[in-house]
Amino acid sequence: MSSKFEFTRENQTRVREILRRYPTKRAAMLPTLHLVHQQQGYITPEVEEYVAGFLEVPVVDVHEILTFYTLYFQRPMGRHHIRLCMSISCWIRKCDQIKDYLSHKLGVKSGEITEDGNLSWEAVPDCLGACELAPMMQLDKDYHGNLTPQKVDKILAQIRNNDSTTAPKHNSTIPQKHDSTTARNHENTNSRE
Amino acid sequence: MPIVKLVSEHFGNPQAKQLSWYRDHGGYAAARKALFEMEPKEVTDEVIKSNLRGLGGAGFPTGKKWNFVPTNTDKPIYLAVNADESEPGTFKDRYILEWDPHRLLEGIILCAYAVGIHTAYLYIRGEYVRPAEILQQAIYEAYQEGMLGEHVLGKDFHLDVYIHRGAGAYICGEETGLLESLEGKKGWPRLKPPFPALVGLFECPTVINNVETLAHLPKIISKGGPWFANVGCEHNGGTRLFALSGSVKKPGVYELPLGTSMPELIYEHGGGIIHDKPLKAVIPGGASAAVLTADEIDVPLDFDTLMKIGSMLGSGAVIAMDDDICMVKATQNIMRFFAHESCGQCTPCREGTGWVYKIVTRILEGTGTRQDITNLMELADNMSGTSICALSDGAAMSFRSFVKKFASEFEYHIRYKKCDVEEN
Ligand SMILES: Cc1cc2nc3c(=O)[nH]c(=O)nc-3n(C[C@H](O)[C@H](O)[C@H](O)COP(=O)(O)O)c2cc1C
Ligand code: SF4
Ligand code: FES
Repeated sequence: MSSKFEFTRENQTRVREILRRYPTKRAAMLPTLHLVHQQQGYITPEVEEYVAGFLEVPVVDVHEILTFYTLYFQRPMGRHHIRLCMSISCWIRKCDQIKDYLSHKLGVKSGEITEDGNLSWEAVPDCLGACELAPMMQLDKDYHGNLTPQKVDKILAQIRNNDSTTAPKHNSTIPQKHDSTTARNHENTNSRE
Repeated sequence: MPIVKLVSEHFGNPQAKQLSWYRDHGGYAAARKALFEMEPKEVTDEVIKSNLRGLGGAGFPTGKKWNFVPTNTDKPIYLAVNADESEPGTFKDRYILEWDPHRLLEGIILCAYAVGIHTAYLYIRGEYVRPAEILQQAIYEAYQEGMLGEHVLGKDFHLDVYIHRGAGAYICGEETGLLESLEGKKGWPRLKPPFPALVGLFECPTVINNVETLAHLPKIISKGGPWFANVGCEHNGGTRLFALSGSVKKPGVYELPLGTSMPELIYEHGGGIIHDKPLKAVIPGGASAAVLTADEIDVPLDFDTLMKIGSMLGSGAVIAMDDDICMVKATQNIMRFFAHESCGQCTPCREGTGWVYKIVTRILEGTGTRQDITNLMELADNMSGTSICALSDGAAMSFRSFVKKFASEFEYHIRYKKCDVEEN
């Protein structure tokens, strides 16, 4: 990937729309970084500079955000990414065994990428908000629960079968259909009725 | 008590997330009633009468909170919807987002109308990609059908709702951490006062409410505050979604009146303990709440009772633990979470959570000493009431209760350098 980053044309439109939702440019920080992430999968120092210029904030402020929040990657990860929940309810339901199984099966430790670059995974200390499915994990956008080694095998096999493109799958933005028609400038519209 | 479905009636029905279906089944009638038949103040009064309390964790009376917003301001007033849902054990808001997004939007309209809000930001945790997609679709439909936008339901009242995705930080669920994050900063909680009702988002008055709190509003307006109050128990109006997990046969979300007994939740609705093992302990309100021993669980689930017995109802996350679970290891797991998620602003919290994690780990590794127990209790004191936000207090409440109530397990690990629970 070239070191010079620029939003695609489509994303430029999107980011302009995002900016209209907030009274300050800076407030668009998280959504803008989500968009970068979706476009190229991780955020480099060059991107930090680009975003800083875009939002008119110092580069260190963007960097601080990247290091504070855990969902932004600062290096390329696998085309697919797994987050295995290690928090209390999943732990009660033996997520440790799934963790061992995953690292055995993938041959790489938590935080690493498989040799073919297809998959990265991490065991996270945070609850992912689906404890009724414990033990559970997130694969790209989706949650998978009641994990057993057999179930993990099945999911991993499915990934291999479904892959046809090379774009990262773990990045996500959500559709923004209504925005262009309804978003408007804040300064003028927030008067009290 | 029977299951009473006020906010969960559409869970499991894939059609309910469509606006047309929701409207055909009584949806948006409460918003219509409020906007065309009630003054904003009457809406707030009804919410006060309902005894609805904040279901994000703190249990603060919702109507009272709205009344803190000044009426004579020329600044915009904002609504920040808290869909960060990150307290370990909590997964109830996700059900509303996934199955009944229009109920939430209707609740947002009601709150906005009552308080005079024209912009709502819905702060949803970054991992909830699918729920955010569903919500975005619902918002799109709501704009198309005139439920949101320039003229809400045809009235001269405008309201915009925007989704704002988080990026992986528990502390952004704390209300002022959330505001900082919305402003594009790291989620460092703010010193209070000033409270967000006066100085909140972009230095403007701001209401912050949990997803489930808002989702209760349509029923309150359509059926009346007193009716809602009557469903619950004293000072605890209505129902709430209990997120039951851990060693139960049927983990899941159960909507029950506040004041339902904990054994009923665990044994009747949750089907009892897996493999019919004995129950050892229950965390009644998310990882920040003090653990209860099996002997202590025969209580009604309401905010005031749980506080009286030294714990809290918190986010309604009930985590059951069976007899085979080592309480020292459970403590380590919970403290790993808090040490990871402390935002680092306050020394007692930043250092304390890390130290506790290390000490408990040391005890598990067989190099703990009796002095460690004393140190843990002292740390709990030093971490309570000394910091900017309640994360530190929650962490302290949790590990203090484990060390105190399961002292023998900690002592066994220290003395024999092994686990008495897993041996048997
Ligand atoms: C560390 C911490 C984390 C919190 N996380 C959440 C959360 O994820 N969701 C939530 O609704 N409230 C959370 N809260 C509670 C909020 O600060 C706030 O009380 C709540 O959003 C107010 O809405 P309510 O009155 O409708 O409950 C958290 C509080 C603390 C101290
Ligand atoms: S108590 Fe902990 S989480 Fe809260 S502001 Fe202080 S350091 Fe941050
Ligand atoms: S503990 Fe794993 S999803 Fe909540």
